[in-house]
Amino acid sequence: MRAVWRALGVAAVALWAAAAQAAPVAITDDRGVTVRLAAPPQRIVSLLPSLTETVCALGRCDRLVGVDRYSNHPASVRGLPTVGGGLDPQIETIVALRPDVVLAAVSARGIERLESLGLRVVALEPRTTAQARAAMLSLGGLLDAPQADRVWQAVEDGVAAAAAAQPSHAPPLRVYVEASAGGFAAGPSSFIGELMRRLGWVNVVDAALGPFPRLNPEAVVRADPDLILIAERDAAGLAQRPGWAGMRAVREGRVCTFTPAQGDILVRPGPRMAEAAALMARCAAVRGAR
Amino acid sequence: MRAGSRAAVLAVALVGLALLGAWLGVGVGSTGWAWPGAAAADAVAAQIAWDIRLPRTAVAWLAGALLGLAGAVAQGLFRNPLADPFLLGSASGAALGVALALVGAGGASMALDGWSRLGLTGAAFAGALAGVGLTLALARGVQHTLRLLLAGVIVGVVLGAARELVTLADPAVLQAMQGFMLGSTALAGWPAVAVMAAALGLSALTALGLGRVLDGLALGEATARSLGLPLGAARLALVGALALATGAAVAQTGLIAFVGLAAPHLVRAIAPARHTALVLLSALMGGALLLAADLAARALIAPQELPVGVLTALLGGGYLLWLMHRRGVLGGGS
Repeated sequence: MRAVWRALGVAAVALWAAAAQAAPVAITDDRGVTVRLAAPPQRIVSLLPSLTETVCALGRCDRLVGVDRYSNHPASVRGLPTVGGGLDPQIETIVALRPDVVLAAVSARGIERLESLGLRVVALEPRTTAQARAAMLSLGGLLDAPQADRVWQAVEDGVAAAAAAQPSHAPPLRVYVEASAGGFAAGPSSFIGELMRRLGWVNVVDAALGPFPRLNPEAVVRADPDLILIAERDAAGLAQRPGWAGMRAVREGRVCTFTPAQGDILVRPGPRMAEAAALMARCAAVRGAR
Repeated sequence: MRAGSRAAVLAVALVGLALLGAWLGVGVGSTGWAWPGAAAADAVAAQIAWDIRLPRTAVAWLAGALLGLAGAVAQGLFRNPLADPFLLGSASGAALGVALALVGAGGASMALDGWSRLGLTGAAFAGALAGVGLTLALARGVQHTLRLLLAGVIVGVVLGAARELVTLADPAVLQAMQGFMLGSTALAGWPAVAVMAAALGLSALTALGLGRVLDGLALGEATARSLGLPLGAARLALVGALALATGAAVAQTGLIAFVGLAAPHLVRAIAPARHTALVLLSALMGGALLLAADLAARALIAPQELPVGVLTALLGGGYLLWLMHRRGVLGGGS
């Protein structure tokens, strides 16, 4: 009799486990489309680096079967099949990978094409800290990763720690961050701008100009920032920009450069936000001293 | 060989090429060459063959045919061997139309169902008409070749700048247009095939019906008039066919350069014919050219692929340079 009960118990546990495995999941993406799946997806294609990183931070890296050509972190995704980019997703390759779900930016091309071929597409495009958090939590729901809250809290704690570890500046540091080549600055409404605020910095870029405005070089000279953050490859020509050689920050070497890999950390609103904050705080500690 | 039979042989050869291309097109893809018959039992392999490769192959042929037809019509209509949808402002007009439609859709351009595809084609058609109309108005008619070309270039630049302004305003549209400018068949499915086939049918019928007018125009405006041809109405209808063909191709595949210019030239070089045949052969030639280019774009760096517009611009540009070199003076033969 006891054996029977035990067998029944085992069966019940197995059933419960199976039910938990196959629990239907749903996610409402940034287009407002609700995608329902009978079970958490086992095969995922990601077309956006920040979403790739989020999936991996949630411990579901092993479910990725393909990524876009710009996804390069963590290292384990580099061996995966690449399926083009947001502008030129390779429809055929994606379909051949038989994904349960495709994660893409809202602005990615081909979403409609993929859906017409019967694939489920979740379109998320985190641009701010709040959106990065929302993306992680809703992906946590989709991927059956209840630890999403904890993972995000760790990111938040990391940012707070980076801000706390910074030497205090009074008055606050006035900073210019050039986010990408061609003179595109990080405005206050961008993800980098939010981090700057968290670190207690003042952004010299006017908020009205939008997230990544292209400034007239003369505007930066007039703003006279205490500190400049810029990509390594663009830093070489800094003194040649009209009027910049005489700028205080350039003259006194208050310029932090970041490598392409560090640039990826800085511009992707995702789980490596704490690393981005730490990078920026370290820059202020080394070059920002007055 | 008689000109007529040469044209017939060319037509048969081009149809054969198209069929060969379609057969190859179903087999060439991300996994290299693999005829899907072997894996017919596999649902995904079948889907890739029939719902991805076949429609995009058809779209490549149709886009080439539309552009070839538009080129032949434009060259006959404007009595100018350099007339091309891209040199007359119609392609840049079509692109501007698409950009405006995308902005109008609120940047939610990516979620294109069948109807908005049709709307996009309509916007491109209207833009193409406006572009050609502007060029004609600037050139004050088609009589003066140099003025017509200059006007076309100017209209192209101005409309291109207007498109830049429109797209810069909205980052989402900017990205969509960037992809659009590359010119690609990769995202086209069966709905695109239907829209383009309808446009090709309409514009081909118009052009074939008015082949006599094009022949008459080739003899000069005065001669055409003395033959009693209804020039005014016929010109309007032909500009309409030109705009429809360009608009349909541009709306579905983006900007694909030089096919419209090269196809009629190749046809004239191989089998000189009257316009009725020339228009038809140019469409077949354009289809074969773009299909071949699309296959190359897919196969060259497989499993990745090149945007076919970039490839045709390289190859077509090369052809044009060779033509210049051979003739000494561009268009001197007209």
